[in-house]
Amino acid sequence: MTLMQSFSELMHQRQQRETVKRSRPVETEVTKLDVRNLNFFYGDKQALFDVSMTVAERSVTAFIGPSGCGKSTFLRTLNRMNDIIEGTSHNGQVLLEGQDIYARDVDVVALRKRVGMVFQKSTPFPKSIFENVAYGPRVAGQKQYKALVEIVEQSLKRAALWDEVKDRLNDSALALSGGQQQRLCIARALATNPDVLLMDEPASALDPASTARIEDLIFELKQNYTIVIVTHNMQQAARISDRTAFFFQGYLIEVDATQKLFTTPTKKQTEDYITGRFG
Amino acid sequence: MSVAQVTSPLSIKSPSSLTRRFSWTRAREQIIRAVLFLCGALSLLTTAGIIVVLFTEAIYSFGGTAFFQSVSITDFLFDTVWAPQHPDHPRFGILPLLCGTFVIAGLGGIIGLPIGLASAIYLSEYAKPKMRRIVKPVLEILAGIPTVVYGYFALVFVTPYLLRPIFQTWLGFNVDIFNALSAGIVVGVMIIPTVCSLSEDALRAVPRGLREAGYALGSTKFDVSLKVVVPAALSGILASFLLAMARAIGETMAVTIAAGQQPRLTLNPFRGMETMTAYIVNISLGDTEAGSMEYKSLYAVALSLFVITLSMNVLAQWVLKRFREVYE
Amino acid sequence: MSVSGKLREPALAKRHRIGQMFEWLCCGSTWFGVVVLLLLLLSVGWKAMTWPTADADAADRTAAMKADATSNAVAESARPLSTRFLTSYDSRIPQKAGIKAALWGSLWLLLFVGLTTVPIGIGAAIYLEEYSNEGRWKRIIQVNLSNLAGVPSIVYGILGLTVFVRMFGLFGHDGKVLDLNLGFTVLAVPLPFERSVISGALTLSLLVLPTVIVAAQEALRAVPSSIRTASYALGATQWQTIRHQVLPAAMPGIMTGVILSLSRAMGETAPLIMIGALTYLARCPGHIDSLSSAWEHPSGLLEAPFDVFTSLPIQIFNWVSRAQPEYDHLAAAGIIVLLVVLMCMNTAAILIRNRFQRRTQW
Repeated sequence: MTLMQSFSELMHQRQQRETVKRSRPVETEVTKLDVRNLNFFYGDKQALFDVSMTVAERSVTAFIGPSGCGKSTFLRTLNRMNDIIEGTSHNGQVLLEGQDIYARDVDVVALRKRVGMVFQKSTPFPKSIFENVAYGPRVAGQKQYKALVEIVEQSLKRAALWDEVKDRLNDSALALSGGQQQRLCIARALATNPDVLLMDEPASALDPASTARIEDLIFELKQNYTIVIVTHNMQQAARISDRTAFFFQGYLIEVDATQKLFTTPTKKQTEDYITGRFG
Repeated sequence: MSVAQVTSPLSIKSPSSLTRRFSWTRAREQIIRAVLFLCGALSLLTTAGIIVVLFTEAIYSFGGTAFFQSVSITDFLFDTVWAPQHPDHPRFGILPLLCGTFVIAGLGGIIGLPIGLASAIYLSEYAKPKMRRIVKPVLEILAGIPTVVYGYFALVFVTPYLLRPIFQTWLGFNVDIFNALSAGIVVGVMIIPTVCSLSEDALRAVPRGLREAGYALGSTKFDVSLKVVVPAALSGILASFLLAMARAIGETMAVTIAAGQQPRLTLNPFRGMETMTAYIVNISLGDTEAGSMEYKSLYAVALSLFVITLSMNVLAQWVLKRFREVYE
Repeated sequence: MSVSGKLREPALAKRHRIGQMFEWLCCGSTWFGVVVLLLLLLSVGWKAMTWPTADADAADRTAAMKADATSNAVAESARPLSTRFLTSYDSRIPQKAGIKAALWGSLWLLLFVGLTTVPIGIGAAIYLEEYSNEGRWKRIIQVNLSNLAGVPSIVYGILGLTVFVRMFGLFGHDGKVLDLNLGFTVLAVPLPFERSVISGALTLSLLVLPTVIVAAQEALRAVPSSIRTASYALGATQWQTIRHQVLPAAMPGIMTGVILSLSRAMGETAPLIMIGALTYLARCPGHIDSLSSAWEHPSGLLEAPFDVFTSLPIQIFNWVSRAQPEYDHLAAAGIIVLLVVLMCMNTAAILIRNRFQRRTQW
C-alpha cells in the first residue's frame, strides 16, 4: 500500500464519520480569518514570505511542513503572540472578521480573548484545576463565584475532561496526566469564550491513546469554533482537518481542501513532502 | 459524547470589537507600569544622591565653602601629615590614611585571595558533592558574619593569642595592641567567601569538553586544573579579585576596632594605623559641628574612598566583559 | 608485554606527587574557613560564658562594683550571657548591663527596612524583568545596581547623615515639627529626621535595596516563560499575568533573597554609627519594652519611629571600645545574641528555599 493510498483510505473513513456527526445542514462558508501578503521577521531574518490565505468559520485548518518552515510562527501571528518576542516585525494584514488585528488601535488583550491558544507543551499553572479554568474569565473581570463555577463546568465538559476531574476540582493541576493536562489547557482556552482556537502541535507530546482523545475533541469543537492546528504529523492532519496548508522555508506552498491536497497535490514540493521524500 | 450540544452562557457571543477603548483595566496597567518604573529609578536616585552629597560638601558648595575650596588638592594628595584636629595648623594630607587603607587591604589580599582561589579550585575540580554540601554553607555563614564581630575577633583573640606570642615573644618585634596585621588577617578571612564563590562560578562555567581535551592529551588533574581550567576562567577570577579588594578597601568596622586611630605613614604591620573608613567613623563618634573643617574633611575622605572603590568595581565589570570567553 | 612497566615513568611519578600536594593545599585552604569559623565561635562563646579572672587591680574594682550592685539590690549574673542580659539595659556596671534597648532597636529597624525594601525591591525587579524590554533604561539601571552593590556601606552612612538626619540643613539649626493629623491622633514628625529609627532604617534600606532587587530578579527569571505565554494567550493583561502567575511562582525565591538581605542589614554597623545611633541608651524606642507596654501605650508605637535608638551591632561596638576587660565579655555575649538572631533568619531563608526547590516540577 503506497502512502497516497493510505491517505485515500483515511479520507474515506473520515467522510463516513463526518456524515454521521454532521446532523445539521452544512452552512455556507463564512470567512473568519483573512491573511493578506504577510511577511514576518525575527530581527533581520525573514521567517514568512508573502503569505496569503483564508480560514473558514467552524472548520479545522491544519498547517503542515518540515520543522522550521514557519508554520508555528504563522500560527502565532494570528493572535499576536509574537508581540512578546523582542525584535520581531511584520508587514501585510491579518483580518479577523474584516478587522485588521495589527491595526494601531487594536487592544491585543481583547484580541487574545477572542483568539485562544493551546501550546505544544501543556502549561497548567501551578494551581488547582478549578483556578486554571477560571483564570481567563477572572482576569476578564468575572467576579461572581456562581458564574465562574458554571463556566468551569461547561468548559471542562466541552474539553471532555469533566467526568475525570469533577470530584477533584481543587487538586493541583500538576497532578493530572499529560493528556489530561492538555485537555485542561483546552478547557482553559474555551473558558474565555473565544471564536478561534489556535493549537500548536497539541498532541505531539502525548501517547497514542491521549492523542486520539484530543483528536476526537477537536472534531467535536469544530461545530462551535474555528480551529487552526499546527501539526508535523501528516496522518493527523488528514484525519481531522477540512483544509490543509503546506509551508516550506517560510513560504505557503499550497493550501487546499485536505482530501485534495493529500491525493492530488498541484505542487511538486507538496507531493515530495507528503510522500516522504524529505521532511 | 454529546458534549457539543450543551447550550450554555459560553455559546452566546457578544459582537465585540477589537478596538481599544478607555477602560480602567488599561488605565491601571499604565499606572502600575509608571509606579514600577519609579521603583527601578530609585536606585538611580540613590547614586545621584551619593554623588551630589559628596560633590557639594567636598568639591564645590553653592552656598558655603566646600572642603576643596579651602584646602588645595595638592596639599590633600601629597602632604604627609593628617592632623585635622590640630588647633592652630590643621593639616589635611591623605597619604597616611591611604597608606593605612592599602597596607591593611594588601595584607588581607595576600591572605584572602590565594586561599579563596585555592578553595574555589578545590570545590570546583576536586571536591565530592558531599564535601561541597558541607563546605559551601560554612562559607556562606562566614560571609554572613557581621564585620563588627570580625573586628572583635581580631582585637580580643588574634592580637593577644596569635600575633603577640609569635612575633613579640619569639621573634622580638614590638606588636601594638592595635595593629595593621590583625586587621589585615580578619579582612583576608572576610574576603575569602567573595573570592571563592565568584571564582568557583567562573571555574564551573568552563565547559567539560575543555577538561576532557586536557586529559586526552595525557595531563594530570593538576595540569588540567592549573593550566587549562584556571586560564580559561581567568577573567572571572580577576574580576572576583578586584571585587574582593574593593570590599577590603571599603571595609570599616573590623579595621576601626583592630587597627586603631593613629594616622601613620608606615609599612610596619605591627603598628596601629588609621584607614579612611576608620577616620570617618571616628569623626562621627565625636561631637563634630556641622560646617567645621573637620566635618567637611569627612566628605573629602568619603569622596576619595568612593572614587577608589567605584573605579575598582567598574574595572572588574570591564574585565568580565572584555575578556569573557563565550562557550557554546 | 610489560605494559604496566611502560606506564610507570619516574617523571610521571613526580608530576603525580606535585598534583597530590596541590590537591592537599587546595583542600587545606577550603578547610581554613571552617577552622576560622570554629575558632571564632569557640573563643566568643568562651568569653561570653565567663567573667575575666580578677587580678589585684580588678579585684578592688569588682569589689566596689559589687557594693554598688548590692546596694541597688539587683542580682548579678554568674555569666555575661544570661536571661538577665536579655532583659536589662546598658549600665556602667558590667555585671548589670544588658542588651534590651539594642534588641528592640534592631527589631524596629528590621520592621521598617522590611516595609520599605520589600515593595520597592520587588517593584524594581518586576520593572526590570517584565516591563523594560531590554531597552536603554534597563541597561542603565542594571549597571547602576552592580555599582551600588560595590559602594562601601560607610558611604551610605554619609548619604543617610546628609539626607535623612540633616536634610541638607534645609530646616535650619533647630528643625521643625510637622504635625500630621491621622484622625484619631496627631503624629509629630520632626524635620529633619534627626538621629531616629526612621533615619537609620531608610539608610539601611538604600544600602540593601540593590541586593534585594538582584535577588528578586533572579527569582523572577527562574519562572518558566511558558506560564507567561499561557496567561497572555488567555487574554490576561501584563499586570494580571504578573500578579496572578509570575509573582506567586517567584515568591519563595524572592522571600529567600529578602530575608538574607535583611540579615545583612541587621549586622550593619558603620552606616548607623555615621547617622549617630546613640551608643549609651537606657530605654527603648517609644518606651515600648514589651508587648504589654505596646498595648498599654499605643501612642508609643507612633512615637517609636522618630525616637532615638541603638542596635545590636552598635551596642557590641560600644562595649568593644570601652576599656574595662569585663566589657569584652559583655561584647562576646552580645555577639552570641546577634549571631543567634542572624542564624535564625538564615535558617528560615534556607527552609523556604528548600521547600521551593522540592515543589518546582512543572
